Amino acid sequence: MSTYVQTAAPDEAPKAVDSDRTRAENSLARKLVAPAVVLMLVVTAFPMLRALYLSMFSYSLTAPDDKEFVGFQNYWTALSDPLFWRDTGNTVMVMIVTVTIELIIGFAFAMVMHKLIFARGTIRTSILIPYGVITVVSGFAWQFAFSNTNGFVNSWLPFIGDDFNWFAKYDSSMIAIMASEIWKTTPFMSLLLLAGLAQVSEDMLEAAKVDGATWIQRLYKVILPNMRAAIMVAVLFRALDAYRIFDNIFVMTAGANNTESISFLTYRQVIEQFQLGIGSALSVLLFLSVLVLAYAIVKLFKVDLSAARQEN
Amino acid sequence: MSVLAACGGGSGGKATLNWYINPDGQVTLNKLAKTCSTSKYDIKIQLLPASATDQRTQLARRLAAKDSSTDLMSLDPVFVPEFANAEWLAPFEGKQADQVLDDDVLKGAAETVQWDDKVVAAPQWANTQVLWYRRSLAEKAGLDMTKPVTWDQVIDAASDNGATVGVQANKYEAYVVWINALIQGAGGNILDPSTVEKGRDAKVTIDSEAGEDAAGVIKKLADSKAAQPDFTTSNEGTSLGSMFPSKGPGEFMTNWTFVYKNYEGLIDKPSGPKGKTGFEDLGWARYPETVEGEESKPPIGGIDIGVGAYSKHLDYAKAAAVCVTNAKAQTALAVNEGLMPSRQSVYDSAELKKAYPADLLKLFSESVDTGGPRPKSAFYSQISSAIQSRWHSPNSVGPGTPKKSADFLTAILKGKALL
Repeated sequence: MSTYVQTAAPDEAPKAVDSDRTRAENSLARKLVAPAVVLMLVVTAFPMLRALYLSMFSYSLTAPDDKEFVGFQNYWTALSDPLFWRDTGNTVMVMIVTVTIELIIGFAFAMVMHKLIFARGTIRTSILIPYGVITVVSGFAWQFAFSNTNGFVNSWLPFIGDDFNWFAKYDSSMIAIMASEIWKTTPFMSLLLLAGLAQVSEDMLEAAKVDGATWIQRLYKVILPNMRAAIMVAVLFRALDAYRIFDNIFVMTAGANNTESISFLTYRQVIEQFQLGIGSALSVLLFLSVLVLAYAIVKLFKVDLSAARQEN
Repeated sequence: MSVLAACGGGSGGKATLNWYINPDGQVTLNKLAKTCSTSKYDIKIQLLPASATDQRTQLARRLAAKDSSTDLMSLDPVFVPEFANAEWLAPFEGKQADQVLDDDVLKGAAETVQWDDKVVAAPQWANTQVLWYRRSLAEKAGLDMTKPVTWDQVIDAASDNGATVGVQANKYEAYVVWINALIQGAGGNILDPSTVEKGRDAKVTIDSEAGEDAAGVIKKLADSKAAQPDFTTSNEGTSLGSMFPSKGPGEFMTNWTFVYKNYEGLIDKPSGPKGKTGFEDLGWARYPETVEGEESKPPIGGIDIGVGAYSKHLDYAKAAAVCVTNAKAQTALAVNEGLMPSRQSVYDSAELKKAYPADLLKLFSESVDTGGPRPKSAFYSQISSAIQSRWHSPNSVGPGTPKKSADFLTAILKGKALL
């Protein structure tokens, strides 16, 4: 956006007068997208507004007659409750740890996939398999793997007793949950990074090589800066995804030992306790935190999204 | 889809009634579905998940969406107020109401199906807890089991004789069952019974002398040698093995009615009684008193049959509900599945007298008749979770616990805290 303003600045750019044809085309375009816009509003805007509306009420599905307008009280209840902050802490922790590890492993995988000279298709496909597995299934698979009765993790790890129960304590439960999460989504990360790697021009790399840049220098001075947009998109997608973590926790611990995430807390309020009011307030808060997060990541990487899409 | 097709026919087509059951006693329930089907409708069994929470959520999701194919459902008594308050259950009226709830139905079971002066479900079978013990152990401890015993006496008798006391104290519903029974046994209540039906405006009365008495019993057991190793994660199954251990005097255990058939089936098997004489050492008595001299209030459970308010065939469904809960049906469930009846006449029937000792039948029916219900509130599941969150772990229960849980429960009901 800012670049656009700059180019327009020097001398009051003449506001192009649209030809009849352009106007007709624009009007046709609007008509063509209208159904899609209406559909989008119905399926996304309606539930969002409905959640916003419900969040202002004290409303239980099992006591419909007691529905009562309470304004922002539900938000205050959530924000002043230690449980909310404990679960937010968990969620942020899972997000930071998993996204960091996934970024590192994912980048390594992307390099491997990029440089492959033999069996390209086979190796690329096999790296991508975990991402094709349904999260609930991978959650169960990892739960069995970590189980102290029929799992194999305990017998593989040297410093851990065979009867160690991973799901009895907070720390070990979180490790198991995050291991499953990382295993499952690293391929997604590497796929996005691979696309970024492909954009780095070989000419630049060769020029750097001729100038005597070492491998490390080429990585930090040429490859990574040119991949910034791709890295941001990968981190953005995965961070937002990780912030909504639900399936693995649901399957592996069901929130036992304080391993609950914000999504899980919301789920319990709405689905288990039928508290539509406070549940909606929590989901609105979840939505807002995701927005803030997205904004922060975009700012952090200082990437112009339209530039990333090469629109200019 | 075939269900809809069958129902949609209007004239001529035979109706199908879907009966959502929980997994207990499936064989007999399938037979009941067949015998209660008529020329006008067929009853089709649909199985719900094993956990009570999942059963409740699945039914609630259907009913909240006004599902017209949910005709009959097996409900845990604690869900009845919640469902009835949401108007998800079609009440029985007139003659049918009298049929479902005549004088023959035991009081404890009858209470669970009434909401807002209406009969909103039909009691099918009733569960209750009694005190199970080894006769030899009680004799050695010098406990006179013909008279009511108190928790104090039971815990002392066990710890003085190298035995244990089995309870349910994991963080789940049955722990609330125990806490509720202890509080009611001391003459108190979690919520004031006269305001409990007011939902969010109910008066929280757990912070009382009765609450402290209950906390005292839990603390005493937690601190004593009689607590079992898995005390804090114990459930209905975990303490069964301590009754007939290979070494040691056995245990006292509060548990549901299934225990009798369970040990009968384990005679001469691992962790079962040695021979018939071993089995005869299994004793039973009324649920222990919290306070000496005050009659105990044994827990009540079981299953009530509700009719979905949005059913396309309300009349058929109500008739079917009456059929699957009649005396004949209850006899079959008790004899084949060990699920005890909610009607006195069935306890007196020849079939049951053949299957169970006479004094045990008398104990069960008295226990159901004089038992204490859990809070009858549309917010029960929240109440239960709130209690669990402040009373677990049982090792941390002490004099301040009732006050702490009262504050939290009040905040939860007012929507001022998260669960």
